Amino acid sequence: MSEVVLTETESGAVADFSTDKQTFQVPWGKAMMWFFLLSDTFIFGSFLTGYMTVRMSARDAWPVPSEVFALSFGGDPIPLILIAIMTFILISSSGTMAMAVKMGYRGEKNKAFWLMLATAGFGLMFVSMQAFEWTKLIVDDGVRLWSNPMGASQFGSTFFMITGFHGLHVSAGVIYLIVVARRVKSGFYDRTRGNYEMVEIAGLYWHFVDLVWVFIFAFFYLW
Amino acid sequence: MAYVAIADRDHEIEHHDPTTFITKYVWSQDHKVIAIQYGVTALFVGLIALILSGMMRLQLGFPNSFSFITPIEYYQFITMHGMIMVIFLLTALFLGGFGNYLIPLMIGARDMVFPYMNMVSYWLYLVSVIILLSSFFVTGGPTGAGWTLYPPQAILPGTPGTDWGIVLMLGSLAVFIVAFTMGGLNYVTTILQARARGMTLMRMPLSLWGIFVATILGLLAFPALFVSAVMMTLDKVAGTSFFMPAIMSMGETLSHEGGSPILFQHLFWFFGHPEVYIVALPAFGLVSDLLSTHARRNIFGYRMMVWAILAIGGLSFIVWAHHMYVSGMNPYFGFFFATTTLIIAVPTAIKVYNWVLTLWKGDIHLNTPMLFAIGFIFTFTHGGLTGIFLGNVVVDLPLSDTYFVVAHFHMVMGVSPILVVFGSIYHWYPKITGKMYNETLGKVHFWLTFLGTYAIYLPMHYLGFLGVPRRYFAMGDTEFIPESAFVLNQSITISALFVGVVQLLFLYNIIVSLKKGKPAGPNPWRATTLEWQTPDTPPKHGNWGDNLPVVHRWAYDYSVPGYHEDFIPQNVSPDEAPVTEEHGPDT
Repeated sequence: MSEVVLTETESGAVADFSTDKQTFQVPWGKAMMWFFLLSDTFIFGSFLTGYMTVRMSARDAWPVPSEVFALSFGGDPIPLILIAIMTFILISSSGTMAMAVKMGYRGEKNKAFWLMLATAGFGLMFVSMQAFEWTKLIVDDGVRLWSNPMGASQFGSTFFMITGFHGLHVSAGVIYLIVVARRVKSGFYDRTRGNYEMVEIAGLYWHFVDLVWVFIFAFFYLW
Repeated sequence: MAYVAIADRDHEIEHHDPTTFITKYVWSQDHKVIAIQYGVTALFVGLIALILSGMMRLQLGFPNSFSFITPIEYYQFITMHGMIMVIFLLTALFLGGFGNYLIPLMIGARDMVFPYMNMVSYWLYLVSVIILLSSFFVTGGPTGAGWTLYPPQAILPGTPGTDWGIVLMLGSLAVFIVAFTMGGLNYVTTILQARARGMTLMRMPLSLWGIFVATILGLLAFPALFVSAVMMTLDKVAGTSFFMPAIMSMGETLSHEGGSPILFQHLFWFFGHPEVYIVALPAFGLVSDLLSTHARRNIFGYRMMVWAILAIGGLSFIVWAHHMYVSGMNPYFGFFFATTTLIIAVPTAIKVYNWVLTLWKGDIHLNTPMLFAIGFIFTFTHGGLTGIFLGNVVVDLPLSDTYFVVAHFHMVMGVSPILVVFGSIYHWYPKITGKMYNETLGKVHFWLTFLGTYAIYLPMHYLGFLGVPRRYFAMGDTEFIPESAFVLNQSITISALFVGVVQLLFLYNIIVSLKKGKPAGPNPWRATTLEWQTPDTPPKHGNWGDNLPVVHRWAYDYSVPGYHEDFIPQNVSPDEAPVTEEHGPDT
């Protein structure tokens, strides 16, 4: 088979992108996950843009976040305490996820397995606390998807829609992590060429969900 | 960590051929079968949309002569016609159909990178089609809000189909978007990561560049539609007020307040404008290959063509509000969006010039695909020029919502892509089926369709200048509309029905040729691209037999001097034939 002749005139970034066979030196699944996350970014971007627009177009007053999202432990209500804990938990889960990826590549299956389970556990805690927060808003404060006794109805609509959509992402991520973790444990990836890229790909998704949370946190709770 | 490309470890991978009828033709993971499933489904719904347009034309040409077309049904026909044609026919056919068929074959791969996901993509698409069509059978019928589905009217009583139609429409779109995302991720990843040895991005046929960039546009634009579908569903079902301002309906104050109808328009057109190019870019790409092959001449300015596709793709995200000049948005936006809109004319004009220059001094074979390709240059130039009118705010204001707009977008994104669809189906039919279609019938189909579309849409420009509004059930007695407009409307209707019936020739041709067509041979057009070099015709599962092809040249080595044939396939090595790769302006 004669050697393949490529164009020699390319240089730098253009050359990187225009080689034959593959553009990025990564497995297919990883490349595809990147493209999916790019697309998903536009979903959350559209959601948040919609939120900002209706917050400006709403005629009634917008509830003050530091009062709505305050929690009392017997004494004075502490603003944003629950959400601070939730955010801390989610960010921590990114840490365990990163360690799981490292352990996966090192071939330490057991550690990778437990770290992934820990990540999934953090995710589950996050979703549970979100359920608690929703319950407080719905039962105690009377906020509904379509109405809000504290002012603009769009507060309830956007809050439940966007945190709900994010919560679905976290829940899906927990299931995804558990599936991959089980496969790590059972040696499934040893049978398929012994690579642990799937751990990293799941990790990409997980970090993305965390990153989205940072934006939701900033726009909903700090604005 | 370095990763070994698929083309370099093909022999390590076991290829399992499907054995049963079900895995071969129904739950198939083969990209070629999925492509045909997509194509047939899309053509089927397209046929429904064509019939709907015929019904609309009957009413417009001969008002009040048909008791079975009421104003309610008229609006439902308009809406379903538009949505089906744009999303469920053109998007699905270009990306799901041609994308699926051509991507792995043209880059020299055995299949898409994730065939299972590809299969699920088709079946979800079918589900979305079924949801959409089911709205014809529910209480109140399908939605009649117009394909743009503008709230508040889309979900308020008084608009047809607010019982179930609008919910089914939004649900169907959401499912379609999930289906498209699964397919689209596959197309992008396959093109970037699974090319054969020697197949650089700058050696890819332009068909793939068009499909590739269009898929990226889809992945970034459909999210906005998804989000607006979710929000409007909540407005309708749960009583939220995302898009609903305080409003009086039927004498009652509604509970909605404080929402932003303009927000929907922004979200919709942030999807809707790239959608125009999701349909147009694959057409640009396919037509380039058709012109080059049948003119036996390399495509003029390949690099420019690629950059033009990329530029159009990028620009298409910053022009969306030119659909909203009359919406009541801040007038200063008009200046920005008119400017960006007119800038798009530059890369588009580059493409048109390059197509014409490809024909220049070519050895033109007026086969059916070539006729359709040349027809496309006419209709696209025509529709593009009226776009320059509408892109300017001051010209758009009087023309907005008239038949001029209808004529413009039907020429530029209705007729033009459809001509390419026909041309491409004729062009690849011998590869897909192994049989040749009937050439005479194909030519008759072209001339009747091409001239017929002009008979339909040219008079519409005139109606638009008269100020005849679009979307009206009947014009009635108005001073500014002269008698001649009614005569024109009749003539348009007759032409439209005629062109609609002519499409039966096409269906007859492709169905009967399956059995009666002459065997086409592996490469009837003597084309250079890889899909014509497969060991079997039609290609078998796995496409390439034992060895993946190796690419040594670009896709346009036609009429190279000093070679005994007037084409050199991409997998012919430089030892056997000279390489004439276009090296760009610097060499």
